[in-house]
Order: sequence, then C-alpha cells, then structure tokens
Amino acid sequence: MSRSAIISIKGLTKVFKMGDSEVHALAGVDLDIEEGSYVAIMGPSGSGKSTMLNILGCLDRPTAGTYHIGGKDVTHLDDDELSSVRGERIGFIFQSYNLIDQLTVIENIHVPLFYQGKDLVECWNHCEDLAKLVGLGQRLDHRPKQLSGGQQQRVAIARSLVNDPLMILGDEPTGNLDSKTGAEVLDLMDRLHAAGKTIVMVTHGDEVAGRAQRVIHMKDGAIDREVVNRR
Amino acid sequence: MRATVPFRRIVELGIKSLLLHKMRSILTMLGIIFGVCSVIAMLAIGEGASYEAQQAIKQQGSANIIVRSVKPAEGGSSSGSSGRSTAMEYGITYKDAGRIQDTLPGIRRVLAARIIRDEIRAGEVAFPCQIIGTHPIYQEINNLEILRGRFLGQIDETYMNNVGVITASLAERLFPSTDPLTQQVKVGADYYQVIGIVRERGLEQKRTQSGGGNEGQPLDSNLYIPLSTARSRFGETIIRRSAGSFQAERVQLHQLTVQMDDPDLVESAADQINAILVKFHEKKDYEMIVPLLLLKQAEEAKRRSNIVLGSIAAISLIVGGIGIMNIMLATVTERTREIGIRRALGARKRDIVTQFLVETVVLSVGGGLIGVVLGIILPFVVSALYGMKAIITWWSPLLAFGISALVGVVFGLYPASRAAELSPIEALRRD
Repeated sequence: MSRSAIISIKGLTKVFKMGDSEVHALAGVDLDIEEGSYVAIMGPSGSGKSTMLNILGCLDRPTAGTYHIGGKDVTHLDDDELSSVRGERIGFIFQSYNLIDQLTVIENIHVPLFYQGKDLVECWNHCEDLAKLVGLGQRLDHRPKQLSGGQQQRVAIARSLVNDPLMILGDEPTGNLDSKTGAEVLDLMDRLHAAGKTIVMVTHGDEVAGRAQRVIHMKDGAIDREVVNRR
Repeated sequence: MRATVPFRRIVELGIKSLLLHKMRSILTMLGIIFGVCSVIAMLAIGEGASYEAQQAIKQQGSANIIVRSVKPAEGGSSSGSSGRSTAMEYGITYKDAGRIQDTLPGIRRVLAARIIRDEIRAGEVAFPCQIIGTHPIYQEINNLEILRGRFLGQIDETYMNNVGVITASLAERLFPSTDPLTQQVKVGADYYQVIGIVRERGLEQKRTQSGGGNEGQPLDSNLYIPLSTARSRFGETIIRRSAGSFQAERVQLHQLTVQMDDPDLVESAADQINAILVKFHEKKDYEMIVPLLLLKQAEEAKRRSNIVLGSIAAISLIVGGIGIMNIMLATVTERTREIGIRRALGARKRDIVTQFLVETVVLSVGGGLIGVVLGIILPFVVSALYGMKAIITWWSPLLAFGISALVGVVFGLYPASRAAELSPIEALRRD
C-alpha cells in the first residue's frame, strides 16, 4: 500500500458460479489509487470492469483478495457495514442518473445524509450550496422529470458530493448525454478534480478517458495495461 | 457506528409516498375500513340485541319460576270427539299451588293468576282484553308501574270487591274523554269500578296465553281484578268460541309465579316443582319458564354469536390485509429502482424494511381509524332506522383497531423484506 493510497486492492478475485461452470470475472487484480487522482477504468464488455465497479463501490464483495478504502479494510464487512461505507465514503454517479422521481432536487441531493440520520433542515445550506455549485441553485423544488438529462446528471453529481466522500465513483456518467452536455458534465468533473476530489470512472468513451490522469485498461478480468496522461 | 435514521423521518417518508398515490392508498385502505367498521358495528348490534333479551328475561325476575297452564295435545282422549257437553279440564290447580308452597324450602311467595280472555265494555265501546285475576303482590312481582290511583289491595281480595285496574292503553281507548277513575267497566254481566291505571314495563307480556285470538291488539290490554272476584264471577269453566263452535275449558289457575328467596335456589326448586307436578298431572298440561336458565342460555347464545361475528370479522380483516399485501408487492416491484438507489446511497436493509412496513402500517392504521369512526356511527344509524338497540362496548374499537394494526405489520413484512433482500446491483440495473 503506497503512502497516500486512498484505495488499495490486492489480489482481488471474483468468481461467479453459472450452473456447473465458474466464471472468473476478476482474476487477481492489484490496484492502488492515490488521494486526489482521476482514474478511468476502460475495457470491452466482459472485461470485468463492471464487477470492479461494484466491488469498488462496496455493492458487492470479492471472492478473494483484500480491499482497503481510506485505510479501512472493507473486504469482509457485513451488509449493514457496507451500507455505512457506501453512505459515508463513496459518492455514486450513474449512467442513468438514478434520481428518485418523487423527490425534489434538494431532497435528492440530501438522500445520503438522510441515511446518516441528518435532517434536511439542518443540512439545507450544505445541500443548497452543492446545488449552486452544479448550477441548479434556482431549481431546488423541481422534480427530476422536469429537468433535462444534463441537469439531472448534475443533480446526481451534487448528490455524490453531499457526504464529502473519499472517492467519487462514476459509471459511464456521460453515456446517456449528447456530446455537448456530456462535455459540460466532464468539465464539472474536472473542476471537482482540480478541487482535490478523488475520481474513479468506469467508461468506454475516449473523451472521458482523455481527461483522466491514469487510464487503466482491463481485459479478461485483469489489468491489461495502464496509460498515464500528462498534462 | 454512525447515527441511525430517526424513526419519525421514515414515517414521514412512508406517508409522503402514500400521498403520492392517493387513490390507490384509499382503495387499499377500504378493505381494512370495512373490516374494522363491520367488527364494531356487528358487535354493537349483537351486544344490543342480547342486552334487550337479557333485560326482558331479568324483568321476569331471576329468582322466579313461572308455571303456566297449557292445553295438552289432544291425543285419543274421548272428550275431544264426543262434543261440547264435557268441558276440557287441564292446567294447574289450587292444590298444586298449595303443595308447592307447603313442600318447597326457600320459597318467598307464590303468586297465582287466572287469565281470561273476554270483551271489556265501557258504554258503547268494547275491546278484547285479558282479565287477570290475581293477588295484590302481582304488581310488585311483575314490576307494574302505577300511573294513577292504586293497585288491588288485600281488602278487595277478602271481600271479592268488584274493582279493577286497567292498563294505560286500555284506559285511553275506553275513556278518551272522561276520567277513568270515576268510571266502571263491564265484563260479561258484571261491572267493575276502575281504581287504578298501570303501565307494564318490559316485554314479558308479549307472551300471551297460548291459543289467543286477539292478534293485532296491543299486548297490554289488561284488566286486573282480585283473584277471589275472578273465581266467583267467572267460575272455573270458560266458554270459548272458536271457528263457530263452542269449547268449554276448565282451568283453575293459568299462571303460578314462584318467587324464591335466592336465585341460587332456583334451579333445584324448578326440578322439585316439576317433580311435584309430574306426580299429579297425567298429561303435560303445564309449562315451566325459568328466567334464570333463559338468561344463562341467552348468555351462551351471545357468546356463540360473538364467536361467529368475530370469525366473520377476522376473515374480512384478513382479506383487507391480503389487499394491502398485494398492493405493496406491486409497489415494491414498481419501485425496485428507488430501492436500489437508496441502498447504494447508504440505506441498510432494515431502513428499507422500515420504510415499506411503515407504509403498510399507515395504510392499515389509517384504515383502522376511519373504520373505528364509521363503526361507531353505523350502529346509531341502524338503531335509528330499525329501532334496534346497539351498545358499543369499550373494548370492541380497541380490538378492531389493534387487529388492523397487526394485520398491517403481518401482511407488510413479506413485501418489505422482499424489497430489502433485493440486491442493490440487480435493483439498479432494472428500469
């Protein structure tokens, strides 16, 4: 584990049982991600990047290997503890935004804090600041259905920041957006990176990967090669 | 560990999502509303009916045993076919009364009565009525309310006075414009001075003598005269006209009310009275009514009807619960994605369980509350429309409400745990 690694993965293996046969989605992956870095994980379908994303996001547990996030070993946590880690240490951005339809913009931003037992009233200012940060300060009472795709994804980004996570985990965040709004979202991500956030993105878009510092290419459940972008 | 979500917030969340689908929520609640409402209403009406029945029985006195003369079933005896010359003789005799009074321990008093059906006249008007020849204590034992004047006295009895006490309804019809207490009534060839007006309480007079021919008349058209007077004026043979032919009957006493010192003695005394009567009566020409036993039967009947009503109510509540479960399962499927999002953002399984359980409990408790209100109103409406008495016991709303809340929890657990057991990855993948 390197000195400032916020994510540390050693020998990560994930095996799915499909009837009689076993599928090795991940076959011994080692990866360290330093604080404040911007990492893109790329690869064709079946390369294991989705499995990687699920384990990184504490949505799934590895079959073998270890996973530390912020120095905490989360490999063997139970379901409740994993929920806590997700709620406190990880900010999610999904391809299909995944906002809750019946909640307003500010309520959606607040959801992770709700499960930490914090009232919207007491963290209203914090949530409102984040809405302003993503340019939606005037639309706090709107519902997701009243917003464009780009706006919805910006709400999702604000939500991913609300718990001040150790890592923002993006799953193809521009996949559902046209190139212009996609670029706007990526600009926003750049600003967050510049502000010191750690960002990990799973993507197969080159323009997304082009903005990351490190691009990790996966193939057959292992890291195939890694490219470091210089700026 | 981190702080947990305040329960209040989860409840708010549940209510909020129910309000999003108002129509669906109300329809879902209907099952519980009807269930709870019918439990309370049915129990109230059942309780009211049994209360009335018990009151009617209590009116007859729980320490009393009533023996009535009954015309025996005609079975092959010669008197039936040979015509009108022989009067049919049956019923309780003065000797029976004496034997009962002399042999039975614990008797407080014995009240004998003759009940004769005849026409009562005042001037031009005539009405069918019951002439009841009895003792002064009749008033006390049968709980008659004296409206005006007085009841029969010992003197009337001793001197066979031609006096009578009439019931209020009879007084109204016989003397619409004059003071009844200044008037006389005529039965047969004899006149009786009206000395009092009474009102019968309760329903016991609904039991008119068997074979009565005055249907449609108020049941309490009674003239009370001293027993001794009745005996001397009417004799023991009563000529009754039925279907064009005359029928003569010899009956000494129509009714005997045996009042015991203590209700505990009633059951054994009833057996003893029966034993005495069986010995001296070849035919079964009497019947015994023991209000205390009737009361016990009424209580048993009530217990049974409560079980039946309870079962019906339980079934309707279960049906309501299944309705809730059905809707919640659909809701869980519909909101799979939301569940996945919440799980990804830090919701634990138990947060999801609570959220969905709160929704079902709010549905069932909300439905329960509405049901309680309707269930309290409904019996009053029914009793106003149909004149049935309804009594809402304090425990029936609590019971119904408690069961409805329980139904919410029981039938909510399965959909809620289904929601929580969804894998967040799977849930997020769904559209």
